[in-house]
Amino acid sequence: MTTPADLVCKDLTKDFDDFRAVDRVSFEVPQGSFFSILGPSGCGKTTLLRMIAGFQFPTSGDLLIKGKSMIDVGPSKRPVSMVFQHLALFPMMNIGKNVGFGLRQRGVPAAEIKTRVGRVLERVGLPGIEDRQVDQLSGGQKQRVAIARCMVLEPDVLLLDEPLGALDLKLREHMKIELKSLQAEFNTTFVYITHDQSEALVMSDNIAVMNKGRFDQIGTAKELYYEPANAFVAGFVGDANKFSGKVMGIDGQRVTVTTNGGAELSAQAMHGTPSIGANAQIFVRPEAIALSKTAPSDNPNTTPRIVDSVLFNGANSMVLLRDPQSGETLQVTLPQTGDLLGLGKGDTVFADWDPAQARCFATEGA
Amino acid sequence: MTDKSKLGFYLLLMPLMLWLITLIILPHIGLFMVSISEKIGVRQYETGLGNYAVFFNEPLYWRTFARTAFMSIFTTVLTLVLGFPVAYYIAKLTRGRTKTTLFLMCLIPFWVSELVRTFGWMILLRETGVLSNFLQYTGVIGGPVEFLYNDGAIMVGLVYTSILFMIVPLVTTLDSLDDSLIEAGYDLGGSDYSIMREIVIPHAMPGIVSGCIVVFMLSLGNYLTPILLGGKDSLWFTGLIYTQFITRFNWELGSAFGFLLLALSSSIVFIGLKLSRQSLTETMGR
Ligand SMILES: Nc1ncnc2c1ncn2[C@@H]1O[C@H](COP(=O)(O)OP(=O)(O)OP(=O)(O)O)[C@@H](O)[C@H]1O
Ligand SMILES: [Mg+2]
Repeated sequence: MTTPADLVCKDLTKDFDDFRAVDRVSFEVPQGSFFSILGPSGCGKTTLLRMIAGFQFPTSGDLLIKGKSMIDVGPSKRPVSMVFQHLALFPMMNIGKNVGFGLRQRGVPAAEIKTRVGRVLERVGLPGIEDRQVDQLSGGQKQRVAIARCMVLEPDVLLLDEPLGALDLKLREHMKIELKSLQAEFNTTFVYITHDQSEALVMSDNIAVMNKGRFDQIGTAKELYYEPANAFVAGFVGDANKFSGKVMGIDGQRVTVTTNGGAELSAQAMHGTPSIGANAQIFVRPEAIALSKTAPSDNPNTTPRIVDSVLFNGANSMVLLRDPQSGETLQVTLPQTGDLLGLGKGDTVFADWDPAQARCFATEGA
Repeated sequence: MTDKSKLGFYLLLMPLMLWLITLIILPHIGLFMVSISEKIGVRQYETGLGNYAVFFNEPLYWRTFARTAFMSIFTTVLTLVLGFPVAYYIAKLTRGRTKTTLFLMCLIPFWVSELVRTFGWMILLRETGVLSNFLQYTGVIGGPVEFLYNDGAIMVGLVYTSILFMIVPLVTTLDSLDDSLIEAGYDLGGSDYSIMREIVIPHAMPGIVSGCIVVFMLSLGNYLTPILLGGKDSLWFTGLIYTQFITRFNWELGSAFGFLLLALSSSIVFIGLKLSRQSLTETMGR
């Protein structure tokens, strides 16, 4: 790498009393990229972000921005800006004053503040709203003002703490695309935290999956989706059917597992094959499963199943299948074509998948 | 509204109306009537503004009046300056049990009566009191010094009596200030001073104003503290009213004084609200 990464964390750790909220997290974010941290509620995302912003001191580890250590630098002196979960726009000021706040603190002359505020509001698509009050804006507009308020300072890194959490679904979908294009427009490094995997998958160049204070995997959306490093990532990123059972046979990377319900399934082991007799979990994506009304070839994963219910949702329709022997259910993407179109409750179909598209992981702690 | 619910509405309104009419409006009408009657002989009265003229022609009266007003304003400012950091500390820098404990500690002085509290201050401040003895012991002063019976003593007493009424509204408004606003201020490069001035104080303004109004009125209308701690030389306007009513039996002049005090407090509160650009409903509605 020729230029140093914008943001580097080295073994960053944070302890609260006897509880470790962030556990030896290391990562690098190159200039101009969109980095997401994805994890369930309470896994330490906010704590990590607040350490980067300077509101919390790491217990140990180092933090570098543009190659300089930030450990002894106060939050007001760091070249990072943060978009807060509830945006934290100042209700006592109008929009122009809000966006100009940071520039005023730096002692920029009033005339220059005015032009720079005007320019940044134009770039976020809200020209001429300087005189409005905060409560006169819609949710999406507030969102953009909050970003403008940070971007006007031209920070090296912009931190965003679940900024879409407070918006309704429709607006969230819209803002996802908007955020990504704003990031491309400003060409600033974004560090975005969320518990919503679709937000992370759609927007990010790189995603870190966080669980219980640790980073389980860092990779592109595709890598996380198709090559998850462990069972947690496989279950958390994207939808997946999960089966637990015992390993019965191993053939190279191919593992055969008998599920707790008694069905025999095979899948590909990615990171270290489990030993025979060990507990293991198998993950199969709903779209990796093929359905047919007639029994297909001699695929080891083919079983006849009964339709439990059809969850119609246009192109994203799903069907829930039940294994008559084990009682295990399977969620499958339902193609809206051919003879599957008329599928109804109680019908029998054959579900099969290529074992190379299913993932097997040894159960942790077993 | 149906007739029945109308009746209920008026019945519920009755206690409030009774209180307003019998305890506030009627006495003030009476006071005003008395204040505009001049005594020209034994049991002979004439309507006129003579009592008010007496007030303006006698320097002792209007000087005491102005002094009371200024000292009350000063007390209010001092209470605000002392109370704000305390309230900020309680509201923003502590949480849970510590917060409740600190808040209760502000209340403790109010478990004893104002009289006892004031005597406590007298024990501390008098010539043979704790402070004087301590300073002599440490060698700061040579002989005993009287700390009582001056304006400083009055100020101390008044601030002490009224600071709770400043802290309570301040803690309430500061509590409602979202911490992330303060953090956002620091994140955008703000200094302690600019965050205080641009974010915290504008947000706390309704609390500041309502605290100031209450403290100002309490100080202006206080009788016990200025008399006990200020002694003979430090006059307070309520003391003058007392003298007219009780010592001189001059109810007419006393009433005029009472009315002037009412006008004074109303106009100063009005000016204060105008200067801070707050409305009374907004301030008290919080
Ligand atoms: N000041 C604190 N003192 C003690 N524990 C804390 C403190 N702040 C956070 N924690 C704990 O640290 C853990 C991580 O909290 P954090 O706020 O980082 O979670 P999060 O991943 O942002 O969750 P969410 O998605 O719900 O916002 C939680 O278990 C929380 O209880
Ligand atoms: Mg959080």
